[in-house]
Amino acid sequence: MTIRNKAYIAGAFEHPTRLAPDKSTPQLHAECAAGALADAGLSLKDVDGYFCAGDAPGFGGMSMIDYMGLKVRHTDSTETGGSSYILHVSHAAQAIAAGHCSVALITLAGRPRSEPFGRFPGGAPEAPFEGWVGSTTHNSYGMCAARHMHEYGTTSEQLAWIKVAASTHAQYNEHAMLRDVVTVDDVLNSPMISDPLHRLDCCVVSDGGGALLVVAPEVAKSLKRPLVAVRGAGEAVKGPRGGMNLDLTTSAAAVSGPAAFAEAGCTPADMKYASIYDSFTITVLIQLEDLGFCKKGEGGRFVAEGNLISGTGKLPFNTDGGGLCNNHPTNRGGITKVIEAVRQLRGEAHPAVQVPNCDLAVATGIGGSLGVRHGAATLVLERQ
Amino acid sequence: MSDPRKIPAPQPNVENQRFFDAAAQGKLLIGQCDACGQPHYYPRATCPFCFGATTWVESGGKGEIYSLSTMRRGAGAPYTLAYVTLDEGPAVLTNIATDDHDSLAIGQRVSVRFTPTEGGPPVPMFAPEGE
Repeated sequence: MTIRNKAYIAGAFEHPTRLAPDKSTPQLHAECAAGALADAGLSLKDVDGYFCAGDAPGFGGMSMIDYMGLKVRHTDSTETGGSSYILHVSHAAQAIAAGHCSVALITLAGRPRSEPFGRFPGGAPEAPFEGWVGSTTHNSYGMCAARHMHEYGTTSEQLAWIKVAASTHAQYNEHAMLRDVVTVDDVLNSPMISDPLHRLDCCVVSDGGGALLVVAPEVAKSLKRPLVAVRGAGEAVKGPRGGMNLDLTTSAAAVSGPAAFAEAGCTPADMKYASIYDSFTITVLIQLEDLGFCKKGEGGRFVAEGNLISGTGKLPFNTDGGGLCNNHPTNRGGITKVIEAVRQLRGEAHPAVQVPNCDLAVATGIGGSLGVRHGAATLVLERQ
Repeated sequence: MSDPRKIPAPQPNVENQRFFDAAAQGKLLIGQCDACGQPHYYPRATCPFCFGATTWVESGGKGEIYSLSTMRRGAGAPYTLAYVTLDEGPAVLTNIATDDHDSLAIGQRVSVRFTPTEGGPPVPMFAPEGE
């Protein structure tokens, strides 16, 4: 069974807040749900499937389903960190294709700026061995960057170009946390956080959230919105797996990306736009290689000299400013990747960054910790 | 150098208590599969390559840095997170114990140095050979 053309993204909403001390996390989830429903022209009673991940308060989907008053016949709370919501689109499409639901709601929200939280879910088998090492996302991704530099000669200047491109886009986004256009030197002169990643190699921390509605073809065609089809999807999980033949320069996107392109029947060269999860600059570079936009090791040259900037570069990416400049709600950037891809395919991105005739786009993400254990999910979306 | 990072005590479970008992004796244990023979780290009851039963064996405690990142900000900084590839094969996620973080490099030889924790068993960090 394929999900190709079996489901459409009919609603997409990014919460405008970036700091929400006055709202609860469940409240933000509900506001995002309401925003996506309004965007699609659907109501809460149309929803018969609900998807969430570990940011949703409570036990799986049960608390939020009850809080929002949903009546669903399908639920899924698969957790792969920040990539979860890209994966949820795929799982929702599978459920729709199997007839298990016809309007699937996906929500994400949280308040890491207002209410910081910790790491390491209880009982993880690796916890006694790794709980003491002081691993944060910064130094975990830093090890990946250091190894990539060691093996392929990738430079901090090349990584900085990823931030430059994101900031060039973010200047047009009124909701973006960081709207100033930065230079390569600005990135290199920002404080070192964890070698070799500077402050401006890191994404923002923001409160907020987002929601998506994945619907059956007959529902999508009954609505007044452009048709954005789910054309292909892939997912994978990777960890050090016993520590043998460790490879920090290749991510699980080397599996999820080709799987998504194979199901979609297209190639990276066919993509008009790419949403690429940018928790850090290195996250983007490794995914570009793993998805096949360039060969392994050539990502540095691929991203340099503004090649990710819409209108002038060869691959416009993260035209909302991405996690690096716009938004990284509850430290999970997958949903905003899908939302901006939907905007591009609908022709609703900011005119300064809208890709002309954008009919094929990819959204891909890495969740968890790239240097330790992570999940990857990739979607190919098509405007029909 | 700022205040050294406080190392939180590991919380062993019934499966891996013996790893930390050995650590308290200055021994680094790794897993070795009874079926396929491959070593692995962290050690566990079943082999992550073939699901066979395992025997936990003592490592020589020497290896080289596979990759590293020195945290420059926040409590306990600077400290260096690293993967060390043991001479037996498996890579260990660990810290490099040193006063000279800037001199560390990928490929550098290191050896295990058990380090006290906050009220728990010691943990296997690594230090440059000769330090």
